Amino acid sequence: MTSKHPLPKIPGFTAEEVVSKIGFCEQLKGGVIMDVINAEQARIAEEAGACAVMALERVPADIRKHGGVARASDPGMIADIQKAVSIPVMAKVRIGHFVEAQMLESMEVDAIDESEVLTPADEQFHVDKRVFKTPFVCGCRDLGEALRRIHEGAAMIRTKGEAGTGNVVEAVRHMRALMSQIRELRGMDTRFLEKKASELRVPVELVAWVAENQKLPVPNFSAGGVATPADAALMMQLGAEAVFVGSGIFKSGNPQQRAKAIVRAVTHFEDPKVLVEVSKGLGEPMVGIDINTMAPNERLAGRGI
Amino acid sequence: MASEPLVGVLALQGDFADHAAALQAEGLRTVFVRKASDLVGLDAIVLPGGESTTMLKLLDVEGLWEPLGKALRSGVPVLATCAGLILLAANVENPRQRSYGLLPLTVVRNGYGRQYHSGTFALQSEHLPAGTTGTFIRAPRISNVGAECEVLARRDGDAVLVQKGPILAACFHPELQVGHPVGAQFAAMVRAHAGLAAAGAS
Repeated sequence: MTSKHPLPKIPGFTAEEVVSKIGFCEQLKGGVIMDVINAEQARIAEEAGACAVMALERVPADIRKHGGVARASDPGMIADIQKAVSIPVMAKVRIGHFVEAQMLESMEVDAIDESEVLTPADEQFHVDKRVFKTPFVCGCRDLGEALRRIHEGAAMIRTKGEAGTGNVVEAVRHMRALMSQIRELRGMDTRFLEKKASELRVPVELVAWVAENQKLPVPNFSAGGVATPADAALMMQLGAEAVFVGSGIFKSGNPQQRAKAIVRAVTHFEDPKVLVEVSKGLGEPMVGIDINTMAPNERLAGRGI
Repeated sequence: MASEPLVGVLALQGDFADHAAALQAEGLRTVFVRKASDLVGLDAIVLPGGESTTMLKLLDVEGLWEPLGKALRSGVPVLATCAGLILLAANVENPRQRSYGLLPLTVVRNGYGRQYHSGTFALQSEHLPAGTTGTFIRAPRISNVGAECEVLARRDGDAVLVQKGPILAACFHPELQVGHPVGAQFAAMVRAHAGLAAAGAS
């Protein structure tokens, strides 16, 4: 058979980490992970068919509006959301803030997002994710960022996109960069792979794995600017295996209906007829921001490279 | 020569791609099931892991609840793991939710705890090779097994692999472990059933 068995050996991961950490992320595939700020929104998300929720105090659109330092959320709020739903609950920590991560692990949050949406706590180091039992998700703009995060122990990767803009253009850019850089490695000899590994600052085994398998060794999800069912399906057709929706749902006119529509769109991402059906009469989407009008310091995706 | 049996993998959400890869590694053909017309001509069905609440919503919206139920009751071999097992159990708790009720089980969703408590654990079984383990991910816990259901493996006393006629169901994820014996067992069930069906038809 030509098909490879799932979850083979992955450089840097123990066999147990492959099945339990990455295996958890495998269960989220084909699903939608929704940002929620309280128990009521979490219940709406679960009712709409979300496969997980991301608990945070302010969605990215509000973080942009309010400015200041964005930190991990109030543990009380996260605990309320854990009580309110039966689906997995994730929460965000600042880049490099391993104490926020320790706190979330002690609360048994199902997965931790080390996120550029919050204000970075360390400009040199990301969290050493291998010392945690909890799976981490991290953002990337290209293959180098993705592999550095995986080398640090991330069990799933998402595009960064440009969170809180309702504009999918950056997520598309990041997914295309990632996929084309993976294709570029196909059939390359050892010397080229070694050069690439030193360029990307990761072990050559990791680059060789990607060259051979033609995908990331962990699930590859999308995030950042998804506002419509069509946006979600676009990211899936470009290669995403699941979609995070942040501000796009609860900043829209009819969150319940939009949440359901995006859930269906991710399942039927290749079926335009279903996409038409779910997109009818959805009401106002969130107001978007043109990326080109943003000052460089307003962009979140440049954080944590 | 007849082609290999075709297994339909419910692909609304979850680790359906891992199941397809594991079945293909056993030499079986696979197709993803997302709408009722995908259920035609299947020799077996797989209900994957994932979120059972998400799957329930989508089964309703897609109009798949009835046709899939009919297919599951038709006597073809069925493999259900984790969320799939929840969909088949007679009683689901934490919270209570709807199910097909084809297995006389009571299951508690996330009965072993949140993801922090996930991991690979030893199985006790007279049916599986010694040393076989199972990867449990936010797994359902079977709290009661009805008389007509055979328990094939246990984890610390709890039933975790059960069979009732053509239906094989696990709380853990054999599809995530390379060459797990449950995969081979199911493939043998599928081949035996497809062989009988072919013999009956000729």
